[in-house]
Amino acid sequence: MKSYDIVIVGGGPAGLAAAVAAKKAGNDSILILERDHELGGILNQCIHNGFGLHTFKEELTGPEYASRYIDQVLELGIDYRLNTMVMDIAPDKTVTAMNREDGMFTVPAKAVILAMGCRERPRGALNIPGYRPAGIYSAGTAQRLVNIEGYMPGKEVVILGSGDIGLIMARRMTFEGAKVQCVAEIMPYSGGLKRNIVQCLNDYNIPLLLSHTVVDIKGRERVEGVTIAEVDGNMKPIPGTEKFYSCDTLMLSTGLIPENELSRSAGVAMNPVTSGPVVNESFETSIEGVFACGNVLHVHDLVDYVSEEAAKAGEHAAAYVANGREEAAEDITVTAKGGARYTVPSTVSLDRLGDLLTIRFRVGAVYKDAFVSVYLDDERVTHQKKRIIAPGEMEQVILKKEQLTSHEGLKNITVTVETE
Amino acid sequence: MEKRELTCIGCPMGCLVTAEIENGEVVNVTGNTCKIGDTYAHKEITNPTRIVTSTVILEGSGKTRLPVKTATDIPKSSIFDVMEVINHARAKAPVKIGDVVIKDVCGTGVDVVATGNAS
Repeated sequence: MKSYDIVIVGGGPAGLAAAVAAKKAGNDSILILERDHELGGILNQCIHNGFGLHTFKEELTGPEYASRYIDQVLELGIDYRLNTMVMDIAPDKTVTAMNREDGMFTVPAKAVILAMGCRERPRGALNIPGYRPAGIYSAGTAQRLVNIEGYMPGKEVVILGSGDIGLIMARRMTFEGAKVQCVAEIMPYSGGLKRNIVQCLNDYNIPLLLSHTVVDIKGRERVEGVTIAEVDGNMKPIPGTEKFYSCDTLMLSTGLIPENELSRSAGVAMNPVTSGPVVNESFETSIEGVFACGNVLHVHDLVDYVSEEAAKAGEHAAAYVANGREEAAEDITVTAKGGARYTVPSTVSLDRLGDLLTIRFRVGAVYKDAFVSVYLDDERVTHQKKRIIAPGEMEQVILKKEQLTSHEGLKNITVTVETE
Repeated sequence: MEKRELTCIGCPMGCLVTAEIENGEVVNVTGNTCKIGDTYAHKEITNPTRIVTSTVILEGSGKTRLPVKTATDIPKSSIFDVMEVINHARAKAPVKIGDVVIKDVCGTGVDVVATGNAS
């Protein structure tokens, strides 16, 4: 197969935005490889509204948001292959893929953009005892069944985990006539956005049981019910708090994991906290010319931020193809400390940085009336008060390039959460 | 004066807004970051509304379901009536985003429109 300047692995929101930006930055040799039969990725099954408020200043559904980018990809004449699974990315950026028409083929590339997205944490990772009956679904699988295939997974539902997909599915199942008994969350706080608790649970009087988990699943052929117990501070079930909930369906919304098999086998350095690649300010991984963006990099709450990051990755990939890797001054490290769990990016080169540096991060616990602080070496330059900071909502700080250049000999940027 | 705390659902920021209510009327809104929060608080107290999204059966396409939404927000109290109508509706391919699937659903004055393309 012919070679391309930029090969993008994944045609979801990240891959589409990266492709459009790379094309607009002047590159005419871009190929998107997508394993599904249509572009758009997971947005196609996210039929609810709430997408695009940042990007388009209007509230769109998932398919509508995707179509805005798909239309651009088509108008710009960017090449893409559907039903195509990428099997390997070699360190020299040769991409091996396969599909029914072409069989196995290789595409030599000058730059690769990783945009594979993420997967749901499965039941097997949760240590729930009991049989393996039918009726246990990850929330995203149930979402696909209802919204794309048109099947109802069940009539009486318990949801374990309060991630956004679980909350959205609680409402969706209610709309379709199912009874959602409750959402149980092992942590003392929700993993989803506050607005989704309000509009998906509170609106329909669906209880959210914090510090609760499923301790037993009843049923051999089909789920007949689950036992839910309260957990203590160490997440151990408290004896005597068990309560039985009748249900035919258990949905799991217990976290998303970036899908990085390809990145790992290519030798990309990974961040153990995000399970995504370590990247610099240009969204470039530890392998020169290999970029990462979207949920494969770190799991986002908002697709708008995915598109924004992906566009930068696309621009930088186009610049890399055009100019090669420019000699740059030594990288500044970005460190997460005291409450902040990680940062994206992990390093910054002032020579490659644009006018602004956006650092995104998540916290490990709920903080009330706390401060997000940024230190340039030992000097505190940001001290921003927040009413609430929660693990379920990604935070960001934006620094001006002048701030960084005016701090002579800057070696480290630290992002931290302080109580005063 | 009565005070009510609301989480704005206008955008993912989810601002915690406080509405001050006098004689069933919202007289003051605080805590919102933008105008959406103000509008939301007024509506939420007097006439709460939501956009409803769902799917309808799709004919004449490789796909079997077409995603749809109410073109604007509808009263919360009519959500399940609207869902009943949506569940009995069918669309025929080709359909484009924005095409009207159900006109003036349940007398709300709001159309149900396609949010996906199908050929």
